[in-house]
Amino acid sequence: MTATHHTHHHAHAQELSKTDPRVKLIAAKMKKENHKPDALIEILHTAQNAFGFLPKEVLNFIAKELHLPPSRVYSTVTFYHFFSLKSKGEHTCLVCTGTACYVKGAQALLNKIESQFSLKPGQVTADNKLGVQVARCIGACGLAPAVVIDNDVHGKVTEEVIINSINEKIGTI
Amino acid sequence: MNRHELQAMVEKAKEKHKQLKHKICVCCGASCISSGSEEVLKKLQNEIKTRGLENEIEVVPSGCMGPCNQGPLVKHLPENTIYQRVDCENLDRIIESQIVEGKPVEDMLLFADSREKPFVNANEDPFFKKQLKIALKDCGDINPEEIEDYFAVGGYQALDKALYRMTPEEVISEVKQSRIRGRGGAGYPTGLKWETVYKYVSPQKYVICNGDEGDPGAFMDRSVLEGNPHRIIEGMTIAGYAIGASKGFAYIRGEYPLAIKRFEQAIKQATKHGLLGKNILGSPFSFEVEVRIGAGAFVCGEETALIASIEGKRGTPKPRPPFPAESGLWGKPTLINNVETFAAIAPIIQNDGEWYSETGTAKSAGTKVFALAGKINYSGLIEVPMGTTLREVVFEIGGGIQGGAEFKAAQTGGPSGGCIPAEHLDVKMDYESLTSLGSIMGSGGLIVMDKSSDMVDVARFFMEFCMDESCGKCVPCRVGTKMMHDLLQKIYDGKATQIDLDRLEELAVYVKETSLCGLGGSAPNPLLSTLRHFRQEYESKILKEA
Repeated sequence: MTATHHTHHHAHAQELSKTDPRVKLIAAKMKKENHKPDALIEILHTAQNAFGFLPKEVLNFIAKELHLPPSRVYSTVTFYHFFSLKSKGEHTCLVCTGTACYVKGAQALLNKIESQFSLKPGQVTADNKLGVQVARCIGACGLAPAVVIDNDVHGKVTEEVIINSINEKIGTI
Repeated sequence: MNRHELQAMVEKAKEKHKQLKHKICVCCGASCISSGSEEVLKKLQNEIKTRGLENEIEVVPSGCMGPCNQGPLVKHLPENTIYQRVDCENLDRIIESQIVEGKPVEDMLLFADSREKPFVNANEDPFFKKQLKIALKDCGDINPEEIEDYFAVGGYQALDKALYRMTPEEVISEVKQSRIRGRGGAGYPTGLKWETVYKYVSPQKYVICNGDEGDPGAFMDRSVLEGNPHRIIEGMTIAGYAIGASKGFAYIRGEYPLAIKRFEQAIKQATKHGLLGKNILGSPFSFEVEVRIGAGAFVCGEETALIASIEGKRGTPKPRPPFPAESGLWGKPTLINNVETFAAIAPIIQNDGEWYSETGTAKSAGTKVFALAGKINYSGLIEVPMGTTLREVVFEIGGGIQGGAEFKAAQTGGPSGGCIPAEHLDVKMDYESLTSLGSIMGSGGLIVMDKSSDMVDVARFFMEFCMDESCGKCVPCRVGTKMMHDLLQKIYDGKATQIDLDRLEELAVYVKETSLCGLGGSAPNPLLSTLRHFRQEYESKILKEA
């Protein structure tokens, strides 16, 4: 596996289909919020939950429906860490780099991941199987260092545990 | 539901609990869940059912009990026996011994592996003995997903008292008398804030609960929201009544999915029981609460940035005045308090302000919740009276430094705070004392460091954080944090000269004094405090002039 910074072959621009259940979810959310621009962030949360990230077409769709300039939507999306303009990968490994985790060796975990999978934080493997991210603090400081693999929080992790758990998820063993 | 029906519900819930012989709480806070507590809960519930004991013993998921790194934790009430590192296998021993025979399992007791004689009643353990739980009371003893459990511990009684036996002015006066100060970190007197918002006349006012706990190393708000969400709703509703607001928002970090889920569930239950919505408890007062999910921006903990974020915009701060009390959310008078502040409101109203003010110090009344983490033996969530010393927190409650290493520093207040060195271990933990040492109380994160932490690197770590989180609106913060970070990196790499260090110190003062909001204004704090207490570490890395 090799890392790539920007190419996401599956996320090429394409028309959104109104019958796509994910698009329907976003449309329903906008309706519930009465198409109020105030609800932009709530709607973006819904969109990201549905798509896993925020493709450009989705942003344009939201901007049009809320009667907002696309620049306003784009600037809001890029302001917040939570929103991502590119795929985070089928499986995600999120390493907490909060103070407690930092003091307890989060950097060593990131180094290990980099040497094992050639991935730096924010990168995704070329086959889109695995993405690595860092978090500011997930609030599991009592279990530092903590890592979230997909949606499971792993506490007091060692380099070995993290590599094994990732391999288990991406099915290389 | 009117107030008489509430009383009946409360009596019923209390009666039900009286009939139970035992209650077993399985900690289902985010930390214990990640250690596997949900499987333990499921198995225990099944066992109790299979053995036909469900009328005598109630098994519930609870919020955080405190000693997070000993989890999964299981608490047996009323004896208050806590078992640590419970899994589906050793659970059988608790069932056979504790539940069937009524004998505690000595070697599974909390801290059994580190104390000579662990305590059957956990409250006698030094970890809990020095604590005083007001904000965290009931958290860990009740099921946060059942409103009846909150009723059983007197839930919503303070709201009833406020609505039916107090005027809004009396509620505010009680909060003023308690002398409680904002638990988000800045320490502004809460009663005064309430009074200010109350005085502005407007047909629409808002209450906002700031649950955007952004300091890395802090998890107090998460634990309260997860462990006792109804307490926050009750506090917000009382605040709404006091200042004349009909709508509240709880802004919760997106990184806390469990807290969001439980809080939303609690809103639904409270609404169903007439504790939120129109004519609460049959009174003329109406109030509703909505959750807003944060999207990961540290600056949104700043109140004007948080308001911008609720309005669906980039979370950039605005110059104050006008303060949110005058012109906040959508330009309306707005009260913003932290989660922990709201958690203290119901007890203050139910007892009285004077009762609360008797705890703590002359200028910092009440208790403070701290999140202990780092190189400490017993990390987790604690609540102590203001004025408890750092030494008591680290060595008596926290059990000292891991591996018997030497204490080097405690970091309080996150990226806005500073490091307290060993010679100040006897500092009283209150707003003024911590500020006088160049740190701040902050929201309550307390990270303990031993000699393996390089203080220049710690300063660099926090500066990198502030640099990344700077919203970019004002120049001192946007450019200053970047320049300070680069200088710190240069020092850390051993490439800097005395001139760089002088420049760094000068810059720190400029950024502190000229930034628009608290983020930039406090970003130099970790640097300045480590310079003040650990200057030799900087100087040892400086290149000597040729």
